[in-house]
Amino acid sequence: MNHNLKFDFVADKKKNTLTIRREFLAERQLVWDCYTKAELLNQWFAPKPLTTKTKSMDFREGGHWHYAMVEPNGTEYWGWTEYLKIKPIDYYTASDAFSNAEGEINKDLPCAEWLVSFIDAGENAIVETVVTYKSLSDLEQVIQMGMEQGMTATLEKLDELLFTIKQGKNEQ
Amino acid sequence: MRRDIFQAVADPTRRAIIALIALQAMTPSALAEHFDTTRQAISKHLRILTECELVRQEHQGREIYYQLEIEKMKEIDKWLDQFRKIWESRFEQLDELLSTIKKQRQ
Repeated sequence: MNHNLKFDFVADKKKNTLTIRREFLAERQLVWDCYTKAELLNQWFAPKPLTTKTKSMDFREGGHWHYAMVEPNGTEYWGWTEYLKIKPIDYYTASDAFSNAEGEINKDLPCAEWLVSFIDAGENAIVETVVTYKSLSDLEQVIQMGMEQGMTATLEKLDELLFTIKQGKNEQ
Repeated sequence: MRRDIFQAVADPTRRAIIALIALQAMTPSALAEHFDTTRQAISKHLRILTECELVRQEHQGREIYYQLEIEKMKEIDKWLDQFRKIWESRFEQLDELLSTIKKQRQ
């Protein structure tokens, strides 16, 4: 990672929020496009080594993004993001849930509200993402899914985390 | 079922208890003075915190003192660190994409 770029990651366990602030070496409009256009989202959203696949994208208030994060072995993990409020190129809010390939939301897994704001920083842009879980127990569940496997802090273990999430889905 | 630490911190009274005993070990009676609740209620919270291994009991004469298990609290932060790395990776890919697009424009 480029250490000259601002990066904050703050968890507020009392408010059930995660606040993630990151600066990018591009103007606000371009960064906005990368967040809101499927062909661009597909190129960065899933953390390595996973890739992103969009099934449908309708970026408008009430619209949704139905996507999968795909493991190198082909295993797919589906997500459903519904866009609630959009003010180009300032911010959008959305609800983010786990789903299946048909777009049916998994109500047993935590759903989160996202507020994504885009701010000018000279020639750069800062994106602030505030992820709010409905309750602390939702945040707990997300955290716990990662923790119960006793994972070490490496990205290589991400597939395990996703596997855990999938196991949780199957058990419920 | 083994209780988990997230269940423990879900309750505001238990969070307040954690904050108090983080400063010094305390007896249930001393803790109860800080809350508008019964000593029994505090004992119940302490039992849950003990089952989660977030606090540990220490006998001093007739009194039982409750102490915070710092290491256990760190577990929460450990996972958050994991989550942070996922976001870092995601953003690095966005950095690359932005740089590619900017080059194509020139």
